[in-house]
Order: sequence, then C-alpha cells, then structure tokens
Amino acid sequence: MSNIGADEGFPRVPESEPHRGEIDQPTGTATTGHEWDGIKELNTPMPRWWLWVFYATHVWALVYIVLFPAIPLLKDSTTGLLGWHSRSEVAEEIDTAAVARADQFERIRNLPIEQVADDETLRNLAVRGGESAFKVNCVQCHGADAAGGIGFANLNDDDWIWGGSLEAIEQTIAHGVRHAGDDETRLSEMPAFGRDGMLDREQIAAVTRHVLSLSGAGPADPAGATVFADNCAACHGASGEGNRDVGAPRLSDAVWLYSSDPAAIRAQIHNPKHGAMPSWSQRLDPATVKQLAIYVHSLGGGEEEGSREASAGAID
Amino acid sequence: MATLIDTIRNDPRSPRRGLQGVGAEPVRSAEPVNDRELRSDYEARRHIFPSRVHGAFRRIKWTLVALLLGIYWGTPWIRWDRGPAAPDQAVLLDLARRRFYFFGIEIWPQEFYYVAGLLIMAALGLFLVTSVAGRAWCGYACPQTVWTDLFIAVERLVEGDRNARAKLDASPWTLTKIRKRLTLWSLWLVIAAATGGAWVFYFADAPTLLVDLVSGTAAPVAYTTVALLAATTFWLAGFMREQVCTYMCPWPRIQGAMLDEHSLIVTYNDWRGEPRSRHAKKAIAAGRDVGDCVDCNACVAACPMGIDIRNGQQLECITCALCIDACNRIMEKVGKPRGLVSYSTLADYERHAQTAATLGRDTARAEQRGPSISKVLRPRTILYFGLWATIGVAMLVALAARGEIGMTVLHDRAPLFTTLSDGSVRNGYELKLVNKAGEPRSLALAIQGLPDATMWTAENGERTRSAVVDVPPDSVRDLRVFVLRPAANAAPADFAFVLTDPRSNETVVEDARFEAKEVTRK
Repeated sequence: MSNIGADEGFPRVPESEPHRGEIDQPTGTATTGHEWDGIKELNTPMPRWWLWVFYATHVWALVYIVLFPAIPLLKDSTTGLLGWHSRSEVAEEIDTAAVARADQFERIRNLPIEQVADDETLRNLAVRGGESAFKVNCVQCHGADAAGGIGFANLNDDDWIWGGSLEAIEQTIAHGVRHAGDDETRLSEMPAFGRDGMLDREQIAAVTRHVLSLSGAGPADPAGATVFADNCAACHGASGEGNRDVGAPRLSDAVWLYSSDPAAIRAQIHNPKHGAMPSWSQRLDPATVKQLAIYVHSLGGGEEEGSREASAGAID
Repeated sequence: MATLIDTIRNDPRSPRRGLQGVGAEPVRSAEPVNDRELRSDYEARRHIFPSRVHGAFRRIKWTLVALLLGIYWGTPWIRWDRGPAAPDQAVLLDLARRRFYFFGIEIWPQEFYYVAGLLIMAALGLFLVTSVAGRAWCGYACPQTVWTDLFIAVERLVEGDRNARAKLDASPWTLTKIRKRLTLWSLWLVIAAATGGAWVFYFADAPTLLVDLVSGTAAPVAYTTVALLAATTFWLAGFMREQVCTYMCPWPRIQGAMLDEHSLIVTYNDWRGEPRSRHAKKAIAAGRDVGDCVDCNACVAACPMGIDIRNGQQLECITCALCIDACNRIMEKVGKPRGLVSYSTLADYERHAQTAATLGRDTARAEQRGPSISKVLRPRTILYFGLWATIGVAMLVALAARGEIGMTVLHDRAPLFTTLSDGSVRNGYELKLVNKAGEPRSLALAIQGLPDATMWTAENGERTRSAVVDVPPDSVRDLRVFVLRPAANAAPADFAFVLTDPRSNETVVEDARFEAKEVTRK
C-alpha cells in the first residue's frame, strides 16, 4: 500500500532508508529525506527575515482592508476608515480642473464668438471642449465623424444650408432648425408639389432632370427648366444656387442632403421631408454652444464672416 | 502497563527503538519526515563581523567607494548651460516636462530607446566583465556592496573591530551598548537620509529642491521618496547586507552561466595550502606533509559574506578579494609567498594543481608566481564585446545624426475624406511639428507630389503648396492641415509632407496618403 505510485516516480517517503541526520556530502547540507529518482531535496532553511516580510505583507493587507474600500458587498463595497474612493478622487480632480479653467470659460461665455475664435488659447480650449460636447449631444444625428447622412447635414464640407460663418453656426445650434418652442429657430418649408397637386408626375420628372443638370449630373431639360423657373427659383435661385435666408439648399453643387439619386429628388419634390434640430440653448449653456460652433467651424468648411461664400445666395 | 519493552522502545539509544512490537518482525521507523525536531524551517540571520583588512584590494575598494559615492552625491550639483529655455542641471530627469538631460544630450520621451540602448549596453557590459573578471561588479561596484562597505566602516569606527563588535553584540543591553548602538544607528540614518535625499535631486533642480526640502515646502512625493530610500538603505546596508546578495539578488544565480574556466575568480589554492596546519613546525618535525595554510582563519574573519573561501567557489562569494588581502598579510608574516588565496582562473588553478601533484608544491608555486591573467580573447568575450560595441556605436551614430526638427503625420480617421460643393475632395491631417532646439524656429512645410493639390492650415485658410510655420523652442506644435484635390483628379494617391529648417537645411519627409472614392470620374 505505502509504495503505490512509487514505480510511477511519485515522491514518496523512503521507508527503507534512515534519513535522520543524513548529510548531502557535496554541500554539507542536511536532506529532507524526500527523494525523486535518486535526487534528494536539501533541507536549506529559509531566512527568518523572509518569514517576517511574509507576515508584514499580511499586516499590510489587513491595515489596507480597514483603511480603504476592499470587501465587495452585494451593491457596494466596504468604505474604509479613510473614506477614500477612486471616483471621489476623480471628481475632485475634475472640480480642480474646472476651477482652474473657470475664468477662461467665463471669457468664452461673455465674449462675442468672433473674439473667442481670434484668441488662440480660447480657440484651442473651445475646439477641445466643443469636440467633447459634440460627442455627447450631436453624434446621434451628425455621426461621430460629423459627416452626417441622408437627411442629416455633413458638417465637414463647405456647403451650408443656413450659413457657415461662426455666428451663423452659433445661431443654428442655439435655436435649432424647425424647433417648435423657439421663436428664433431656423424655419422654412418647401411645398409638397406632388402631394398637393401643384405639379403632375410628368412635370416632377422634368424638373428632376433639370435639377440634376444644374450640377452637370445630367443633360439639360428645357421643359424642366420652365417648371423650375415657375415654381422653384423663388427660393432655390434661378440657377439653383440656393438661399440661406430661407434655408433653401444649393442645388448646383456636388453635395446633397437627401441623395443625388433621381428617385430621391422626385420624392423630395413630391412630398418633401423636413429635418429638425433641437434648440440647444434650451439645454446647453451659451459657453458650450459657442464651443460647439467653433468646433464645427474648425472641421474644415467654416466660412469667414463677410466672405464671398458667407453672403447668402451670392454663389457663382 | 509500562513494561520493559516500552522502556526499550522509547530509549533513544536503543537500537530497537521504534520497533512496533518485540518478537514481531522488525518494522522500520515510520517517523514523520517533516518532524519539527529534525529541521528548522527558518533560520535567523547570523551576524557577521568582518575584520579590518589592509592591502591592495582594500585600497582599490576604498578608492572605488569614494569615487562612486562621489559620483552619486555630486552629479546633481554639476551645472550645464543650455540657454534660457532649458534647465541648467547637467543630469536631470525632468518627469513633469518629460525631458531627460545628460550633459550635452537632451532626450525626449519618444527617444527613450537611447535609455533602452544604455540598459542593454549595461547588461552586455556586465556579461563581458563577468566572463573576464568574474563577479567584479558584485565585489566592487554594486551599490549594495558600496553602501555596506561604508556602513561597516562606520560600524567599526563606533564599535571597534571584529572581536569588539562580536562581544558587544553578545553582551546584554547595558548603557554602553545602548549608547554605542544609538550613535551607530544615528550615523547610519544620516547616511541613509543623505542617500535618499540625493536621489530626488536627479529629478528636480537640486539647489531649489534642497532649499524646499529643508524648509519643508517640497512636494510630498519628494519626502516620501527620501523616506523610502532612506529606510531601504538603512535596512539593506545596515542589517541585511549579505542576505541581499544571497537571497534577494538574481545576479548570483545568473553568474553560473557567465563564468567559465577562463574567468577570474577568488581561489583558494588548496594544492598549496593543504594539508593545513596550525603547528607547522611540530608537524614537519613529526615528518608529516604540511601545506602553506596556517589555518589562522584570517580569510574567514575578513569575509563580509561570512563564508570560508577554502571551501571553494560558492554562490555567496561576491569576489571582493578581501580574503586575498587578509591571507597575503599572513603569508608575508610567516615568510611564505603571497597568493595562497588569489585571483585565478579555473584553468590556471587546475594546471597548478596538476603540477603540484606531479612535480611537487614548490614547482607549482614557482609556476604560480606570475599573476593569473584571464584569457580575455575567447569567443564569448568577443561576442559580448562585439554586441556591446555595436549597440554603442549605433547609439553614438544615432545621437550624432539626431535632428533638431521632427514631424509626425496622422490622417483623419473619420471622415476619411470630404467632398466639397464643387466636387473637389478634401483630406484632413494632424501634423505634429517638433522643434528640439533651444530657440524658436520658422519651418517650411510643403507638399511633395500631387501637383494638382493645394493645402491650407486651420489657422491660415490661404490655399498654397508650401507654408511657413513657427514652432516655439523645445516644444511640439499641433497643426491641422487640409489638402485638396480638384474634382477632375480626386482619386486616392500617395504623397509626402516635407518639413525644412531654412537655417540648417535639415529636412524631414513624412509619407502621407490622400484618400478619395475609388471610382474614376469621366
């Protein structure tokens, strides 16, 4: 019984050998009597300080458990005598940072947006702050890359429905688009030419061909041009250059809010969809709105105040 | 009923002890192997009181102790003018501003490979030294050895030499002992505090920090660091000493692979010393063979590791060579040639032993007269040196060619590209322009390739193919750059940004990619 496993090389107590006081000759160290295939284990004692260090780690752990949050409970954990928590520490750090930046935020809040953008420190702060606010409030519609989608404006490009200057962007963000409950909201409505019987199917098809020809995406259509001049040019301009005062998109460029697909254009003429955007001044403070505007302006399509592109409708 | 049988069985002297029953077949002992009585699991450190040693190696060691401690304590106070934009401390690890200054060299975090290279060189250098001269690092240059040496010297100053220290240690806690120990520990603490104190000077302007430390206005982390290092110095050099080398340090375990028969090790030449005798004259008179060892134990008394070198090469031996000094002094006194304990390679030792066995001890002693010189040129040392030198030269070349300007280009991930009203396609890039010089630079940034493309920056909307960008001294400037290709050519393509310093004509070229829809426009 006692030798079960011995043949397989398991360690065993060598009952047949007296191990007491056995000294390994080359090292002069006593052996434990344990033997593996003729190799014996030396009985080298651990240093005692090692034992004390081992105990000290236990004491350290116990003190730690008492002082710091340590034991997980069902919903929470023990709080520890020191009352320290990594989250409260982060909260403190955030507060400290907020206090340190408070006067810069104050200046952003009080200065006109043009002056904020002219100050390099404030602009950098606004771009970073606006980026953070954008990720929280805007990406749901405009996308993480601010490139929008069908029905949601791409904010990277140079095509602006309501204007691409700092002030125009700030105005759009602050009061939204077609937001009921804000008197200053951007408001416009395109008639439902097909649904309300103002244009028949053939006329809509013709004017669709004409709209595509405006940006060189199709051949000219004289019948469509007539329909366009009679029904559309009032808002979209004689050559489809758009009108930012009424939020009429430019039709003569390569950027399309609702796709350049003829079917999509026909649908939009028949019964137009109207996008909406909340009035952010009702949810965010003015400093954040300014930061958002400066961030959006910085994405690459921002226009200078008074520049040629900024004045509505004056597109070549 | 206690019987005679029980008495016999329990008598430790009895050969029948442990028998399960008298009259039955004898059953061999079944004592527990891990019987407490048989073994001690933990062993208290036995105090070592190394005696004072005079000699050549001791002098070398004192010189090195002074030199190394001088370097450690003195380096942070060396000044090095770098102009107004950078600190004037010769060696400084500026963690807050993420710069490492070493005399004329300034290293940025992204250049930390220089430090990695230095560490690799240090490791290879250690291999090289070990394969040539054994554990020279352990015996002479390791901080544990240097500080322990210093602490033992202070200990000797306060408590006396070996015998006095041993006696004091064994004595009860009398007033004298308390006074001496308090004096000793205070002195150790001062050295330990100075050790910890000097460390933090490498991380901040030393004169300023010293004033702050003394006036109590330094950062808490500075005091914590000083206290921690003071505590470990006090503990490791004062009380742990040889335990660090024997139990904590991995280096002794690596030694075995580094040493070979041509490495210098501290050797007891037993072919010369044995048989040892304390009464050589009597023994010779009695016609017995007598070696040179007079068994005076001077080598044992001198050993800071508490071993007997006469037992041969041992893991504990740090090759500090103090036993060589101790033995040589005795050999001179008894009128025998020095070198009974000597630096010797295993090959030399075996040669001498062979000679002693065949031609006699005197011939071997004559053969030994010249010092044992390690056979330096052998494949492993050549390999170590080759690797060490290659890395060293590569680092020197890299340092010499290290430019003062740099650039990284990061293409916008989202959106990859933006189509503008006129059908042209715009890409956005984050450029980081690096100016490592101590003064501001106006750098020229240009597009290489894509003749149809134009670029502009977020600050300056002017369409151009090259722009001048100001970068402040010793800093990185983030620059957002847009590149535009007209509708007719708006296809993906490779190009490059070129950054030029007009003053030095140093040029950095970074490849970049222009992204657009793959379809070709007709």
